[in-house]
Amino acid sequence: MSARTVTTRRRLLALGIGAPLGLIVARTAGATPESMQAAIDTFTEGTVPEEARVALDIPLLVENGNTVPMMVSVESPMTADDHVTTIAVFNEANPLPEVAVFHLTPSLGRAEVQTRIRLSDTQTITAIARTSDGRLWSANTSVIVTAPACAEE
Amino acid sequence: MSTAMVSVPETAARDEIVEVKILISHPMETGFRTGSDGSRIPRDIIHSLRCIYNGEEVFRTEIFPAIAANPYFAFYLRATESGDVTLIWADEQEQEFAETKEITVS
Repeated sequence: MSARTVTTRRRLLALGIGAPLGLIVARTAGATPESMQAAIDTFTEGTVPEEARVALDIPLLVENGNTVPMMVSVESPMTADDHVTTIAVFNEANPLPEVAVFHLTPSLGRAEVQTRIRLSDTQTITAIARTSDGRLWSANTSVIVTAPACAEE
Repeated sequence: MSTAMVSVPETAARDEIVEVKILISHPMETGFRTGSDGSRIPRDIIHSLRCIYNGEEVFRTEIFPAIAANPYFAFYLRATESGDVTLIWADEQEQEFAETKEITVS
């Protein structure tokens, strides 16, 4: 009986010490504005996107970062000659800078995608769209997160 | 195993733009969390979703751990002819799951 309480206490102690360490590791290993920029550069191949035509809708303030609704839409006629081919979404504070990459075709008729994302912290989200003429368009949205994702489970 | 709810309108007028929605039942384990024993919980996510409309791939998504558990996606589709709308999603073990809905275009 007593042995059991000891293991529980040890486990608790280990958790107490381990949890902050885990947080530090997560912080240092996480995406940064620099690593987000690197991921964006890989996608854009150096071209600077124009801040137009893209709308990135995320609530400005979210209580729970575990599931945050996000909508990206791009002004485009979505015809065979003029359509959006790709929309990529990036973040600057989650462990990985990428969120999702959407590949679109003229068959969709409308360049709009909705999903739900995780946000580990207050940060800026960037959406970049590539149109069939090879041009790039972008939008940024800042989100304040009061209870981040991954903090507890 | 992974199940999903897929929503595609049963009928549409020709060239109407309809909304396709999918909600996949999946934990989307990020691979960055540690379990109670201190070890890393392995990554287990749905990493791709494709939409095939009458045999042609019309939409494809690359998914990262930043997508919330029980991934939800909604997008649009121009209803040009009656037929099948199939959504195919794949997990980390390269298992593929599919759900097909019929759409009647008048």
